[in-house]
Amino acid sequence: MIHNNLFDRYYATESPLHRLSPSVKVLLTVFFILSNALLPDGHWIGFGISWAVIFLLNWVGQLGWGYTFKRSFIALPFALAAVTAIFALPGKTLAEFDVLFWHLLATDAGLLRFFSIVVRSWLSVQVAILLVATTQFPDLIHALEHLRLPRMLITVIAFLYRYIFVLSDEVLRLLRARQARSAVLPGQSGGGTVFWRAKIAGNMVGQLFLRSYERSDRIYNAMLARGYQGHLRTLNRHAMHTRDWVILILSSAALLFLQIFTHF
Amino acid sequence: MLYSPTPLHIPDGFLSLTVSIFFWLITLVVLSVAVRRTEKLDEKQVPLMGVMAAFIFAAQMINFPVAGGTSGHLLGGALAAIMLGPWAGMLVMTSVVAVQGLLFQDGGLLVMGANIFNMGLLTAAIGFGLYKAAEGRTRAVKLGAAGLGAWLSVMAGALFASLQLWLSGTARLDIVMPAMLGIHALIGLGEALITVAALSFIFRTRPDLLDESKNAAQGGRGWVWVGGLVSLFVVFLSPFASAAPDGLERVAINAGFISTSADAPYSILPDYTLPFLGETGLSTILAGIVGALVVGVLVVLLLRGRAKATE
Amino acid sequence: MPITHASKTPERKIDPSQPLILVEHLDFAYPDGHVALRDLSLEIKQGEKIALVGPNGAGKSTLMLHLNGILGDGSGLRVGGLPLNKQNLPVIRALIGLVFQNPDDQLFSPTVFEDVAFGPLHMGLPEDEVLERVKEALAHVDMNGFEERLSHHLSTGQKKRIAIATVLSMRPYALILDEPSAGLDPRARRGLIHLLRDLPITMLVSTHDLRMVAELFPRMVIMDEGRIVADGQTAKLLADEALLDAHGLEKP
Repeated sequence: MIHNNLFDRYYATESPLHRLSPSVKVLLTVFFILSNALLPDGHWIGFGISWAVIFLLNWVGQLGWGYTFKRSFIALPFALAAVTAIFALPGKTLAEFDVLFWHLLATDAGLLRFFSIVVRSWLSVQVAILLVATTQFPDLIHALEHLRLPRMLITVIAFLYRYIFVLSDEVLRLLRARQARSAVLPGQSGGGTVFWRAKIAGNMVGQLFLRSYERSDRIYNAMLARGYQGHLRTLNRHAMHTRDWVILILSSAALLFLQIFTHF
Repeated sequence: MLYSPTPLHIPDGFLSLTVSIFFWLITLVVLSVAVRRTEKLDEKQVPLMGVMAAFIFAAQMINFPVAGGTSGHLLGGALAAIMLGPWAGMLVMTSVVAVQGLLFQDGGLLVMGANIFNMGLLTAAIGFGLYKAAEGRTRAVKLGAAGLGAWLSVMAGALFASLQLWLSGTARLDIVMPAMLGIHALIGLGEALITVAALSFIFRTRPDLLDESKNAAQGGRGWVWVGGLVSLFVVFLSPFASAAPDGLERVAINAGFISTSADAPYSILPDYTLPFLGETGLSTILAGIVGALVVGVLVVLLLRGRAKATE
Repeated sequence: MPITHASKTPERKIDPSQPLILVEHLDFAYPDGHVALRDLSLEIKQGEKIALVGPNGAGKSTLMLHLNGILGDGSGLRVGGLPLNKQNLPVIRALIGLVFQNPDDQLFSPTVFEDVAFGPLHMGLPEDEVLERVKEALAHVDMNGFEERLSHHLSTGQKKRIAIATVLSMRPYALILDEPSAGLDPRARRGLIHLLRDLPITMLVSTHDLRMVAELFPRMVIMDEGRIVADGQTAKLLADEALLDAHGLEKP
């Protein structure tokens, strides 16, 4: 059995943030990321305020101060792509490099831009982590439904979430079986050519495909047996309370104020 | 690590608002057509697409060692489109990208439109289009077309991701483009090999699932044109952009993509100086040190991640 | 929040003087040519608890899929006197609750609530009644308060119970269960046996677990190669070693 925590991002506890309507949380997360994107390059006060908000929300959500920070390194490798921004902008030259075919000029404006991108992305990742840590994924799916995303897409996402756990279990069994059969003698490189290895992996993918396909047949039967006639009906019990509206409006206003403050 | 992020999932912060919104718009238009088209198909589609989305997600966990400690794994867009048809394939890949972004922060939310476009829409169009072009041919030709489609679909994703990064002023085209295309030429090879092997496995065990009449119901000959045109775009633009980025920039400016205003990558804040450093020689040195430190930290983190991945 | 109502499943009118399930001369072959059922007849009265045994591939699951109209064209089948046709199909699916072998196929929603509510919602019931029935069904299987649990967090035994609740919420007249005790550890199996014993409802249960059959089911039907080869009192059939032997069964 695969350990369920592998794909669970929810941090079970009681907090005002956990109780907030999922739709409000989704909207505010998007607004916050939007606000990050709009903060001017190098406006460290603006970035600092946003960062403080994240820290504060960690605390409000009963997650412990460093919760989102500790998990926020996932987007950092991508910053390598942005390193080139250092050499992309005209400005005061800080250093010169010759790498392979490129003559690179590191400029102050480039460096500023690079740091701004990294900070923006770092902030955005943290707020996204905050969202899934304080909201059960099924509630998140309900929120998307409330926000009028196409029903079909939402249903596919719900199925995806339900069966990630089941299918990744099957993958683990397949991988374990492969491991059990690929013994390598000491001092020899095992495993054949890349093509051979890819073929094995491809066979596993094909096998997993067929199993999944057949499973979808059985699920369809189980749906038919319970009265499914081609139209999914759902009961969405998350209602927006006054409190949720107040928080949505106040927080949006605060983000708007932050934008006005940083741009003028 | 079971779940290995690919360099195609762009995080938030790396694309400008303009580029993010532009690609969200394209993606939404295509997806709304896809939803309408798949709703017309039989009612079994919904559970099928749902489980297939979980399948793509799980299949991405199946990796194989390539060389030097790196491993290849599936992206799956081409395979999904070949097996389910282009529209259903797009919806399946969209939900995969959406869950990866939402639940695992692998790819951002504001930039999700671009990520869906790169990994879901392009891959399905190319994968299905090229496979469809081999209609009526032998199994070997079909597999070859599928393999080519799989490789090109990854290259297309990489090409567009580099273009988006460049248009956002996040990266220098003459560096990011060859780097992305170079890495993905290899990743795409893994994609092609796995796709072909998986398809030939299905051909052997359940040929009925790859029946041409079924295939025809999922998408018409028009897809050959769509897939072919996108492929040609990738094939011609990649070398051109890598060799002559200045030319591409001129095209982008003429087309109105980049203006010479504050948002343009090469002309942003012309006489700007770092406020906290001032215009002294000291600032130059400090900036250099800070930059080097950051790159160093990044490399360490990256290696740590790699070490964890192989544990 | 809004529920989308298409049409409410019409009131069920079944004739109490008729057998609850009547199968007459049923034949079935899969599209690939494999013949799964041959001239099969079976009568189930209200309140009966029947075990369906036989080797793998005998056609047990195929028969079960016929009983609420997932396979077959409906000919040769009556439920409470109603012929199985397109018009009666929704009613019959609410009358006959079919629980599949693998609970991971039966529980296809992210949360327990959504799965147990699926049947009532698709019968077109109003929100209050859906909520009430979910509560009631979970109480029947001793899983009170599990509404908000995530399906993938449940143990196999819990999943099996919830799977039964997903059809109990439709308030069916009969439960059709495919291999309910497969894959359970002894304690969970014991719990399930008690649950099946205490549920006051007509039951047809396919199983390889002959000890459970001996304990729970007064009547037993043996299938082999698409036919019913024996149908009678469990105690009598289980005593007939030659019969059990001929169909790959072992005396418990």
